[in-house]
Amino acid sequence: MSETASRLRGKDLLGIADLDVSEINLILDTAEAMKEVASRPIKKVPTLRGKTVINLFFEPSTRTRTSFEIAEKRLSADTLNIAIAMSSVVKGETLIDTALNLEAIAPAMMVVRHASSGACHLLARTCRAGIVNAGDGTHEHPTQGLLDAFTIRERKGRIAGLKIAIVGDLLHSRVFRSNILLLTKLGADVWACGPPTLMPPGLDRLGVHATTRVDEAVDGADAIMMLRIQLERMQGGFFPSLREYFTVFGMTPERVRLAKPDAIIMHPGPMNRGVEIASEVADGPASVILDQVTNGVAVRMAVLYLLAGGGENEAAA
Amino acid sequence: MKLLLKGARVVDPASGIDGIRDVLVDGDRISRVDTSIPAGAAAGARIVELGSSLVVVPGLIDMHVHLREPGYEHKETVATGTASAVAGGFTAVACMPNTNPVNDNASVTRFILKQSVAADLARVYPIGAVSNGSNGEQLAEIADMREAGCVAFSDDGRPVATAALMRRALEYAGMFNMPIIDHCEDRSLAGDGVAHEGFHAAQLGLRGIPAAAEDVMVDRDIVLACATGGHVHIAHLSTAGALRAVQSGKSRGARVTCEVTPHHFTLSDERLRAPLIYDTNLKMNPPLRGNTDRDALLAGIRDGSIDVIATDHAPHHADDKRVEFDRASFGIVGLETAVSLSFDRLVHTGIIGIGRLVELFSVNPARILKVPGGRIASGDIADITILAPDLLVTVDAAAFRSKARNTPFDGWSLRGGVAATIVGGRVVFANGAVPQAAGLERRET
Amino acid sequence: MPIVMDRDRVSRSLTRIAHEIVERNRGVDQLALVGVRTRGVPLARRLASLLLTITGHEVQGGALDITLYRDDLMKHAVGPQPIVRRTEIPFSIDDRHIVLVDDVLFTGRTIRAALDALIDFGRPRTIQLVVLVDRGHRELPIKADYVGKNLPTSLAETVRVRLDEIDGVDEVIIERGEGDQA
Repeated sequence: MSETASRLRGKDLLGIADLDVSEINLILDTAEAMKEVASRPIKKVPTLRGKTVINLFFEPSTRTRTSFEIAEKRLSADTLNIAIAMSSVVKGETLIDTALNLEAIAPAMMVVRHASSGACHLLARTCRAGIVNAGDGTHEHPTQGLLDAFTIRERKGRIAGLKIAIVGDLLHSRVFRSNILLLTKLGADVWACGPPTLMPPGLDRLGVHATTRVDEAVDGADAIMMLRIQLERMQGGFFPSLREYFTVFGMTPERVRLAKPDAIIMHPGPMNRGVEIASEVADGPASVILDQVTNGVAVRMAVLYLLAGGGENEAAA
Repeated sequence: MKLLLKGARVVDPASGIDGIRDVLVDGDRISRVDTSIPAGAAAGARIVELGSSLVVVPGLIDMHVHLREPGYEHKETVATGTASAVAGGFTAVACMPNTNPVNDNASVTRFILKQSVAADLARVYPIGAVSNGSNGEQLAEIADMREAGCVAFSDDGRPVATAALMRRALEYAGMFNMPIIDHCEDRSLAGDGVAHEGFHAAQLGLRGIPAAAEDVMVDRDIVLACATGGHVHIAHLSTAGALRAVQSGKSRGARVTCEVTPHHFTLSDERLRAPLIYDTNLKMNPPLRGNTDRDALLAGIRDGSIDVIATDHAPHHADDKRVEFDRASFGIVGLETAVSLSFDRLVHTGIIGIGRLVELFSVNPARILKVPGGRIASGDIADITILAPDLLVTVDAAAFRSKARNTPFDGWSLRGGVAATIVGGRVVFANGAVPQAAGLERRET
Repeated sequence: MPIVMDRDRVSRSLTRIAHEIVERNRGVDQLALVGVRTRGVPLARRLASLLLTITGHEVQGGALDITLYRDDLMKHAVGPQPIVRRTEIPFSIDDRHIVLVDDVLFTGRTIRAALDALIDFGRPRTIQLVVLVDRGHRELPIKADYVGKNLPTSLAETVRVRLDEIDGVDEVIIERGEGDQA
């Protein structure tokens, strides 16, 4: 069943949880057309001309922000980057006040990254602008999930029926959550692997196999996705040391050999070489990590176009 | 002043009464309860025909309420909190000490009582802090506070910090045969969690508070209650595990009692995701637990292992709730929805009868706190709640008497409500939506 | 619904247009065909095949998706498939004579968008326009160089082109009622 919707419901993209398969297909198909724009001499189309898109980032991010910025500029939108340093101690202006003040310049969309899960939902309820979730706390990072699915589909021709292993700090990873929602919706066989201290509850309820044994997850896999380990997790006592993490869970060439010969290696970045992934694997022929970055721009162009392109910022007539 | 309430169903389990009775109030006391009191015997009394669709019960007592005064008057005051209480059918409330300054000494206690006298609505029984500033270190002046009017002690908002402190508190308060009320939460397990640790919190990327955080401390407190002979009352019990511990403790002779909030027996954590995702009016501590926990609480309400329903009424200013879920203050108001939720979810579903409801809301709180009430026999104080079990109520937060509006029940249609509230023989609340209560609305001189 | 062009008529129009292209350009040197999605694409392919037959030369062809260049007055999708499709122009258009091919010329906005898109791809020497049907009601100063059939219509009508490659049949019909067209 690969029907494709003709438009996205609503004005926002808050999470994969809100998308059905037909909408996901719409985004991925549109992203293909957008990817072609990047191959032209003039990498611009006038679709969002005259529209303002604000990148409102409460968490530092170079990679995701620049990806959105390029996507917006390629669609001819006027972009505004606002980085707000967040300290849990400093109270300052509330999230809602910050957003409503920005609404005064009538942006069509706001791309928001925030340290609190649900922050984008709060903004979507309060603001007229469409909200694109660029990562909220440990909840979701939907455009990352979409670009990962796009990359897999590009390389493998499909997603249904593929065995996809995701390894890392699953508990705190919004990329993980978006990915398992997306990949299970599209019919993949998802295997999640990580230390038991970093394993979220209820994975089986989502149709995901959970294991603490990397070999089991990676065995015969079509795609292996490595997630970033954050140093703070070690300080939180979730596992004893980075060295031990690499020994037990790191993606080494030996482990990659357990997967299918044409398996692809993915990582949302930024990578900790030697912690979750060995350099030879990151730089090896199976790695599509840089493709993910390229595809990120195309997917984000697709999302912005589908939400803001062509007319009023309500569900198109 | 005399008041004759005629023809209602009177449910007074402490007196063994459940049937149509007339109730004669004289001054601030119950004068007589009888199958029919002729007008002659009630010379000069205001006579109100209530009718059999209304139920007269001993005044409801909410033994877990935050009145926020002194220090947080923008959220609630003693005046607005007691107005909210009587609108909810409560003739008395016990208020927690996490004010600013904390109620850890007699002068704050006396201030709160002074405010309650000025408001002249529901009775207020202050609960004093266990430790100075509720900081979990030194025992507070328990005897002095008792002298000033405190009825129990708690560091609510926080747990009683250490086993050693809990032991001392049980021993010391045991001197006066007064309970220690504990907000059971092991902070090292709860961490900076904001929702019940489980599938739904994980789906929403919300840090979890495991059930174990409550259970380990309930176990601790019961062990210490046994060891000291003191009385521990478990505040806002929310997990199946904690309830099992309480049941086991009671069977071993421990002096343990427990309370449950209406939101914990009505809602569960699946509500975090729908209908309104990340609704901060679902954020409280202890959090909404899983369906099995809620079902266990319902069973405990039925079988008697739960002693009290108390709201943990926690008013907050809108600014404290209209933020990201992580940042929102914990707590919801409860005084003006408790009775309707209890009727709708407990009585009309057949889980309990009105007699048991009276035990949970009146008899047991009065007994635990050793305050007057819980019965309306001749000579008892005339604290009376008149209930309307079949009144159709649509919860309207904008109309609350409380200053605060932080409730997840706004717009809910519930069956059951309050017709009138009488404190010390005075009608302090009459519900305009109940025609029979109209007779009570006339002001007394 | 009246059929205003049947298979035969469509075929003869395209043949005539192919000859006109050769005549006007004095051959097909430096010529390239770009079909406007969706139905301009098979029409362009047919023209390429006809030009090959006539001149013996292969003419390069591409497909142009103008969805991203639409203006606000084209809110309704062009045709029943509004999804953005890939543009495929696998050759440089610099200095070439580009022949844009579309099925119906109406307000002219689709062609305006196509011109904008083409110019983002490079600098063609000339751009000419083939349409199977010109139904009038121009809103912009756009004219076709080669027309299969001039079809006066009212605004209350819709012209539907159906092609074998997409719809399984070759015909042009008129429908009562405003549909999606530009």
